[in-house]
Amino acid sequence: MSRGVRAKEDEEVTHEKLVALIRQATRDVFTTMLGMELADGEPYVDDSAPGPSEGVIALIGLAGRWAGSGTFSCTAAMAMRLASQLLMQPYEAINEEVLDAVGEITNMVLGNVKTSLEEELGPMGLSIPTVVYGRNFTTRSVARSKWTVVPFHVDGEVIEVHLCLAPSRDAAAHGRAARERVTAVLSIE
Amino acid sequence: MPVDVMIVDDSAAIRKILHRVLVQADVPLGKVIEAGDGVEALEKLKTHKVGLILSDINMPNMDGLALLGALKAQEATRDVPVIMVTTEGSSSRVMEAVNLGASGYVRKPFTAEQIKEKLAGLL
Repeated sequence: MSRGVRAKEDEEVTHEKLVALIRQATRDVFTTMLGMELADGEPYVDDSAPGPSEGVIALIGLAGRWAGSGTFSCTAAMAMRLASQLLMQPYEAINEEVLDAVGEITNMVLGNVKTSLEEELGPMGLSIPTVVYGRNFTTRSVARSKWTVVPFHVDGEVIEVHLCLAPSRDAAAHGRAARERVTAVLSIE
Repeated sequence: MPVDVMIVDDSAAIRKILHRVLVQADVPLGKVIEAGDGVEALEKLKTHKVGLILSDINMPNMDGLALLGALKAQEATRDVPVIMVTTEGSSSRVMEAVNLGASGYVRKPFTAEQIKEKLAGLL
């Protein structure tokens, strides 16, 4: 399946390209920092932001001539496992350190996707990650673009990376403006 | 002679990892001082003299490039080597850091060996 969003004749970001970049970046982070191997799941395109869900989700904003949002989500058990691998100590409950670890993993994954995209799309800014843990939460993005969803399998669980990216209406919104522009919002029921 | 090192990153996880790498590295390490952003780093540097700084770029309040500029503008910290440890990997950001006076640049994700290699050349 091919879905592309085109801004100019020489600028196109396809679903397939985003999937490849997300897979590469996620594998690099998991192999280098966590010592964990991932198996690819089947990627797909979603019309809406991630959710309803439970567990841990980290959200990050991107801005530039192209802008959007990215998320990394997993179960609470997997979040504890990831923190344990990253920090080399056991975690048996969700706490500040676990949420910080998931935020940093998200920052590394989507930061590396951003760096790869910048070669074609020009400079982009990355916001500081926001990490949420809870049940029955729903995310919603004010952007109307579709989301590329890339699942991975690890230890019998699924983690997902979601990315929504579209040409920015405000061409002046370059680089560091991203820190002020996380477009995803979240509600907890 | 042991050298005090400052780690600047808004992620406590990354500070912890870098701290562990420093302890394991074969370098004359003194105290390790941590800061969560550029503002906190500059504040702590008023009372602590360090011989090396490892700094992230994307941080709240004051980012790593602004911190680097401030360090190089001050007599007391101008000569302290600064290694940027960051997800920012575009050539423009690397050049910006180099032009501001960064002594090294390590992209996240990183291995302990990559950090130790940079340290070996500076400590």
